[in-house]
Amino acid sequence: MRIWTFSKRCAKEILRDPINLFFGLGFPIVLLLLLSAIQANVPVELFAIETLAPGITVFGLSFFALFSSSLVAKDRESAFLQRLYTTPLRAYEFILGYILPMLPFALIQSVCCYLVALFLKLPFSIHIFYAVLFNIPMAVFYISLGLLFGSVMNSKQVGGICGALLTNLSAWLSGVWFDLSLVGGVFEAIAHALPFVHAVELVQSALTEDFKDIASHLLPVLLYMLAVSLGAVLLFLRQMKKQ
Amino acid sequence: MDAIQANNLTKKYHDLTAVDQLNLTIKKGELFSLLGLNGAGKTTTIKMLSCLTKPTQGDATVGGSSILHQSEAVKRKIGVSPQETAVAPNLSVKENLELMCGIYGFSKEKTEEQTKKLSEQFSLQAVLKKKAGKLSGGYQRRLSIAMALIGEPEILFLDEPTLGLDVIARSELWDTIRAMKGEITVILTTHYMEEAEALSDSVGIMKNGKLLAVGTVRELMERTSAEKFENAFISIVKEADK
Repeated sequence: MRIWTFSKRCAKEILRDPINLFFGLGFPIVLLLLLSAIQANVPVELFAIETLAPGITVFGLSFFALFSSSLVAKDRESAFLQRLYTTPLRAYEFILGYILPMLPFALIQSVCCYLVALFLKLPFSIHIFYAVLFNIPMAVFYISLGLLFGSVMNSKQVGGICGALLTNLSAWLSGVWFDLSLVGGVFEAIAHALPFVHAVELVQSALTEDFKDIASHLLPVLLYMLAVSLGAVLLFLRQMKKQ
Repeated sequence: MDAIQANNLTKKYHDLTAVDQLNLTIKKGELFSLLGLNGAGKTTTIKMLSCLTKPTQGDATVGGSSILHQSEAVKRKIGVSPQETAVAPNLSVKENLELMCGIYGFSKEKTEEQTKKLSEQFSLQAVLKKKAGKLSGGYQRRLSIAMALIGEPEILFLDEPTLGLDVIARSELWDTIRAMKGEITVILTTHYMEEAEALSDSVGIMKNGKLLAVGTVRELMERTSAEKFENAFISIVKEADK
């Protein structure tokens, strides 16, 4: 009951911010339309809709790190969290209250991107459903990363880290915008050591029925998701104690 | 019965002693003001008494429960309005009040009843549908205190409740605080002499983490032979420097 109440409040805070709506929904769709328009004029394999749509859905999730970090940081700065710490609300209720309401939004974002992709001639199949489901671990990863940064930084800092740096890193290291093997070397090795490219290839595999590669991409994504979630819980509890 | 009893309450942050061996008793139903300059230790005292921060040393009972060992019980007895307004800015006034009702696990009927009662008590009816972040400073403070009262606390902590308010808003908030006197115990921190003088049953004067004096405004004035409360405060604070 208390988690539901707090989740509802977090959901309202996010939905009532027009910037969140633009970056959460509008921006990935604009990218999808724009790159598909380029693809229509200058065909590039990388921007074929079967490859592009999964990449954009994963990239779109990176904005959830910004949403959750901004919400937590603002709640800390305004002493709103301090007020709630003096109520019977428990630590796990805070953490779940921040994470849970964002998951449905992340899924809605993916569904909207695939609806637009269908309009752009992505063949309809049950695999679109799998592709949306395989976005969940990465959604949890980004939301938890936001909770982690929001627990230690102020709202201005999280704007820079999660808004600029993380979204750029997610883009460059995901293989969505350019083929990583074209750069190769250390860059490609770093990209494969991080979860972004695996998350994209995981969803691409699910969408293109390439099931043999799913486990090899799912494992690093799940490991990063668990590590970041654990870090987020620990840092949130630490800041709670530091009040 | 005493609402609060602090025994040797101490808080240290590395080399800084924010609150030093605080011993204090506040009676039930009393409006007690902690008065002091910035950095005196007022907010840290409230943070310890409301279980937001653990004391380095000592303990206190709040409503008969220990802040060290029974923090859950303490949290059920208190309401806190922090120094910052601490409202959810994108939620309406009504939604902010309902949020607090949900956190205290109230039923739908009780939520309606509490929201109606507090919005009337704090004259918030006209702005119920307005987003909290768009309210004036005075309204935000009223909402903040109303949110602190949702859980029907025995003890209410108000940290600098009129900080940054204009004269009219301050006067209106004083009236609201006065109206609560006797019903619940109110602990208020302030650095405005006139606020402590106008509202308090008794006053504690703090400086550098130490509680220098406790008494009614009249007692403190008599003790220092001062004609004005402000002079009594200055005299007590300066005496501590000697």
